[in-house]
Amino acid sequence: MASISPLKPAAEGHARNPGMPLDLDVLDRIRVNLSAVERRATTLPGRRTVKKEHQAAWLLKAVTCIDLTTLSGDDTAGRVKRLCAKARQPVRPDVLNALGMDERKITTGAVCVYHSMVETAVVALKGTNIPVAAVSTGFPAGLSPFDLRVKEIEASVSAGAKEIDIVITRGHVLTGNWQALYDEVKSFRAASGDAHMKAILGTGDITTLRNVAKASMVAMMAGADFIKTSTGKESVNATLPVTLVMVRMIREYLEMTGYKVGYKPAGGISTAKDVLNYFIMMKEELGNDWLEPDLFRIGASSLLGDIERQLEHFVTGRYSADFRHPMA
Amino acid sequence: MSIAEIFDNMDYGPAPESNAAALQWIAERKGKFDLFINGDWIKPKSKNWFESRNPATGKALAKIAAGNAKDIDAAVSAARAAQKGWSTLGGPARARYLYALARAIQRNSRLLAVLETLDNGKPVRETRDIDMPLVARHFYHHAGWAQLQDQEFGDFEPMGVIGQIIPWNFPLLMLAWKIAPAIAAGNTVILKPAEYTSLTALCFAEICKDVGLPDGVVNIVTGDGATGEALVKHPDIDKIAFTGSTEVGRLIRKATAGSGKHLTLELGGKSPFIVFDDADIDSTVEGVVDAIWFNQGQVCCAGSRLLLQEGIAERMTAKLQKRMEALRIGDPLDKSIDMGAIVDPTQLATIKNLVKKGAAEGGTVWQPKCDLPEGGCFYPPTLISDVAPASTVAQEEIFGPVIVSMTFRTPDEAVAIANNTRYGLAASVWSENINLALDVAPKLDCGVVWVNTTNQFDAACGFGGNRESGYGREGGHEGMKEVLKPKFLSKLPPYKETKASMHKDYGSSASLANLDRTPKLYIGGKQARPDSGYSMPAFSAKGEKIGDVGEGNRKDIRNAVEAARKATGWSKASSHNRAQVLYYLAENLDIRKAEFADRLKIMTGVSAKKAQAEVDATIQRLFSYGAWTDKYESAVHSPPMRGVTLAMKEPIGTLGIVCPDEAPLLSMISLAAPALAMGNRIVLIASERHPLAATDFYQVLETSDVPAGAMNIITGPRDSLAKTLAEHDDVKSVWYFGPLDGSKLVEAASTGNMKRTWVNNGKVRDWFNITEGEGREFLHHATQIKNIWIPYGE
Repeated sequence: MASISPLKPAAEGHARNPGMPLDLDVLDRIRVNLSAVERRATTLPGRRTVKKEHQAAWLLKAVTCIDLTTLSGDDTAGRVKRLCAKARQPVRPDVLNALGMDERKITTGAVCVYHSMVETAVVALKGTNIPVAAVSTGFPAGLSPFDLRVKEIEASVSAGAKEIDIVITRGHVLTGNWQALYDEVKSFRAASGDAHMKAILGTGDITTLRNVAKASMVAMMAGADFIKTSTGKESVNATLPVTLVMVRMIREYLEMTGYKVGYKPAGGISTAKDVLNYFIMMKEELGNDWLEPDLFRIGASSLLGDIERQLEHFVTGRYSADFRHPMA
Repeated sequence: MSIAEIFDNMDYGPAPESNAAALQWIAERKGKFDLFINGDWIKPKSKNWFESRNPATGKALAKIAAGNAKDIDAAVSAARAAQKGWSTLGGPARARYLYALARAIQRNSRLLAVLETLDNGKPVRETRDIDMPLVARHFYHHAGWAQLQDQEFGDFEPMGVIGQIIPWNFPLLMLAWKIAPAIAAGNTVILKPAEYTSLTALCFAEICKDVGLPDGVVNIVTGDGATGEALVKHPDIDKIAFTGSTEVGRLIRKATAGSGKHLTLELGGKSPFIVFDDADIDSTVEGVVDAIWFNQGQVCCAGSRLLLQEGIAERMTAKLQKRMEALRIGDPLDKSIDMGAIVDPTQLATIKNLVKKGAAEGGTVWQPKCDLPEGGCFYPPTLISDVAPASTVAQEEIFGPVIVSMTFRTPDEAVAIANNTRYGLAASVWSENINLALDVAPKLDCGVVWVNTTNQFDAACGFGGNRESGYGREGGHEGMKEVLKPKFLSKLPPYKETKASMHKDYGSSASLANLDRTPKLYIGGKQARPDSGYSMPAFSAKGEKIGDVGEGNRKDIRNAVEAARKATGWSKASSHNRAQVLYYLAENLDIRKAEFADRLKIMTGVSAKKAQAEVDATIQRLFSYGAWTDKYESAVHSPPMRGVTLAMKEPIGTLGIVCPDEAPLLSMISLAAPALAMGNRIVLIASERHPLAATDFYQVLETSDVPAGAMNIITGPRDSLAKTLAEHDDVKSVWYFGPLDGSKLVEAASTGNMKRTWVNNGKVRDWFNITEGEGREFLHHATQIKNIWIPYGE
């Protein structure tokens, strides 16, 4: 088993999670009450809202947290380049100017692609600080041979990926084989080296919130930098109740170890209103540190378009249309 | 603030709900409101108006008419005149009106929500997302009961004219809880809103007018305590329904004693919020927020006593304090506010004083750092830890955003601390162990239990308390029972006292051929001599002395109540087991029926045939309640959630029964058997005129496996014993079936612990008639319903 890469301070200002030994007692103590979680998740959007300039600022922040993503069988270099161009300039300059934000160099948080597109993306993003994230480890099912999955990570890292989104073996969760899950994620983390690792739990596949909570905790113990809901390919992807459970585990892990782990919901967040509810949940449950791209990312493809329209509406007072904003 | 600055600090910023439409609504009415009587706006006879203020700003909102006794008189006349027509309109026709009211409330929901927030100070999030949807739901649900009334309540009729007095904490919701069931059932109402919060009730009056509700069905008379008092004391009112403080509830009970007015009271609380070490702690913390920082804690069923299992107390407290830091207090019209204003400066002062007292008595007061707006009535969320049950703040209702915490070691101890209160409204139990949660819930002496949730309400589920939290239930099937009465009741003849007409020189008719018998009291399964050491003679119908019975006194009542308290096994026994005992009683009485018939003949002077019929009917009655024991079942309500609400019918506990003189054996068993069948332990005061029917019966008890203390019998002066029983703080309910004065005496004496009472109001039943003498009406009075909310899901 490879050891976890040496701890070094992350550029963003918080120490990288080194992981910890698997502690099954911690897992045993985990309790999740679905109805109570749902009550919190469904009432929170009614408890908090942001309006006007606050809404505009929050939406711009959301742009900086987006992992602009293309993960399709028909991806080509051309498609990925177009995506990268959008990542560099996600909001129309005149809109940014009207918001007084043109000096801020607003970009998306990352570009997220399959391994085979990493090099293309790295070249296309040259001169920016936008990291390329690769979905490795036999995405989306994660059931290719273990060695190949590890090698895929190494290949993505050497191709220039700064972030690796790994998928866990959902079967380990469904069978309660926490040791196997821990070992797997720990190996992936070792293979990622300096690249930040996001562990995709497949929350739509592991179905229960108790499973989600326990898988989150094991992934963090094994050294995940981020925990991420889903591949975007499951029938149910990110939801607010799942998010609530995962962020509560992040808080638990922080209280236990002192390390901050990031959160990435993916799939299903397609409107500005949706994303604001996620931001509100992060702020309420974890605090402002988790409103920044080093600890919060949103895996989305169509969300940006809706945010752009809302921002233009804020600027002009007129409702906007999608064709007025450059496509990815 | 620039967008760049916000981008960096990620603050929420203001999110105000506009108050323009609500203020315009007030302005269009010139800021001055009259009384709504008989479908018209009437100037108050007092010619006085008082100010209603916005507690968040202290500014005056509107002038509200101060109704007085004359206005109440006019409103009662209007309601009385309208009642018959409204009732004979029929359920389906009434259902259409209730449906129209529900729809109209939805159409005006934002106006009502904003008005409520302006008047009360609670966050608009709550009025918009909680109060108004529940108000509309209440009218929908009760439109349904009106529609089904003939099928579901065919043997019942409306009570008539109902006076309703509601509090300021949920102004329109409490109005809905009161008015919807009452008018659905065919009653007409006079509602007095709380002095602080009349506006939404007045807006509702306009809605009534708008949907074309017949004049006089709903009357709204605004005013203060004096207005309420006039309503309570009005002779032409059939029922008073009150929600408010225990103190005022007690006054109302006293004022209505003996008046024949039906009464339901929903009073204060000090509800426990119990957290076991296997709870989902993060969710439990949110539960506490919903329990005590909902409506600034001004909620009668607020979870205000936090009971933490020792192992998790520290962790839970730390998490709770962290959560409290994130609560936002401020302008209630801001949509991102968790807590708004306390309703009035008086209430704020009360809260401050109690918290000060909590600290003085050793509690650790913790409040988050938060900025409170200036100018209004605001108080921060507060946690007082290191509190013991002996602390004032653990016993007194604070009615503010203050929770006190205590620890416990075992589930038994949690139950003991939870029940260590004069109140008994609600409780919340948090555990992921279904066995534990469902074991604890029935042991809590209260009307509502929420398992892994809190402060859930629905029109389909009964709400109401035990002990000093009042009696009666609102909502669901059980709530309808509180606005309807059995049809036969109004036709019952008056009770006639049958005084013994003794011979001047009475002698014993007993021949010395029989051995002398000394009937004793029956306490704790033993024959007991009366504490007084005195006896009183029992006479035959002819006035001959036929025996001496013990002259029971206060101490005998005390002993009997203690014996009953200890007989918890009877309440816990399975219904099958209790049924067997009741059948066995019937069997043993059947063996001795000739002897009992003889006695009845001599005592009451009835014919041998009539006496035989009474014994036969008594045996039948015991058999019926043996049958009922496992058939008066609990219900499952279906509120809009994934889960169930169990409406569990529970025994009340220690029940006092004061027996009438007519048909002494049958009437005694008609009262005792349903009480026993449902698991109550009873202290029964025998017919004063014919006590031997009871003393003979304890020999049947002794041979029928009735556990010691389940049924205790006291003979002696009926009304002085009844008074002691009604005053006893450990008796949960008293049934009285004697002369009218006794009904008054019992009702007035019940205010110590606010026990339930069931009295005959000086009327006499035909105990041989099954409708009047047996069945669900008796079982209803022998049980209390606890609604246990159990959301589920994995």
